[in-house]
Amino acid sequence: MLINHPLLGPRDAQEFIYLGDARLIDRPDWQAADAQEQFFEYTYLRDNPAGEHKELWFHEYGDRSWLVVTRNTVTHEITHVELASEAARARGRSK
Amino acid sequence: MGGVFVHDLHTITPLGALVPRVDQLNGIIIREVSDRALASLALRWGKEAEGRNAAERFLGLELPAPGGHAASDSFSASWIGPNQWLIGADITGHELMPYRLRDALAGRASVTEQTDGWCRFDLEGTFCLQVFERLCRIDIARMAVGSAERTLLDHLNCLVICLEQGRRYAVMGPRSTAEALHYALLTAAGSVN
Repeated sequence: MLINHPLLGPRDAQEFIYLGDARLIDRPDWQAADAQEQFFEYTYLRDNPAGEHKELWFHEYGDRSWLVVTRNTVTHEITHVELASEAARARGRSK
Repeated sequence: MGGVFVHDLHTITPLGALVPRVDQLNGIIIREVSDRALASLALRWGKEAEGRNAAERFLGLELPAPGGHAASDSFSASWIGPNQWLIGADITGHELMPYRLRDALAGRASVTEQTDGWCRFDLEGTFCLQVFERLCRIDIARMAVGSAERTLLDHLNCLVICLEQGRRYAVMGPRSTAEALHYALLTAAGSVN
């Protein structure tokens, strides 16, 4: 499997480590009134779609950047790859 | 009254010898390189342009784009990650480069000394390509002078720099794995023909 790194082009999947659902970027506010419930959902409740899925991958044996990879869990086709830092900023995160 | 005891210390190479190792087999020369002072340079969030300008002024070269390697008379810079480079200099005359760079960039970028963190082997010979084809998954034949790729080589996280396309390459890996990396290179070089 090849992952089309946004900076480096196609790289072998062997160079990457898989973390999981890209929703991990949306960490809840720990000071919110319902923080406990939000963290329960954030930590334990995941969708497990048969189809398109956004995932976090780490280029461990490469430039060590985090990526958001859009992958079809049925066909393994990768349709989009972006830097996680840019994806997070696009969602209003400051860092 | 006792005198001052001075240890009689010798610098050893990553492979543990007093002089860098040189191996030659199947038309490939593998040289251990231990005469580089190294530092990592990272730009800071929100101060990218400021840090880059100051670093380029100090180094006298343009910091290379992703996958790139640049060298001037005194310094080299290899891209190792977003807004991050590995800076090298000849250790003779530049042993304190990491600290001079840190002071020159004070507060504008982050610099850490890396000199003893890495081992380096330079490979030379027409069959170099076959060595890399056996060990890693980068498209080594297409790498031109001025490119540096960080990749999984054998089972090690290494930086491969193209010094002369098709003929001369540098491999850098964690110093603590020098023997494993050397063994992998020797084994691969021994299997080409």
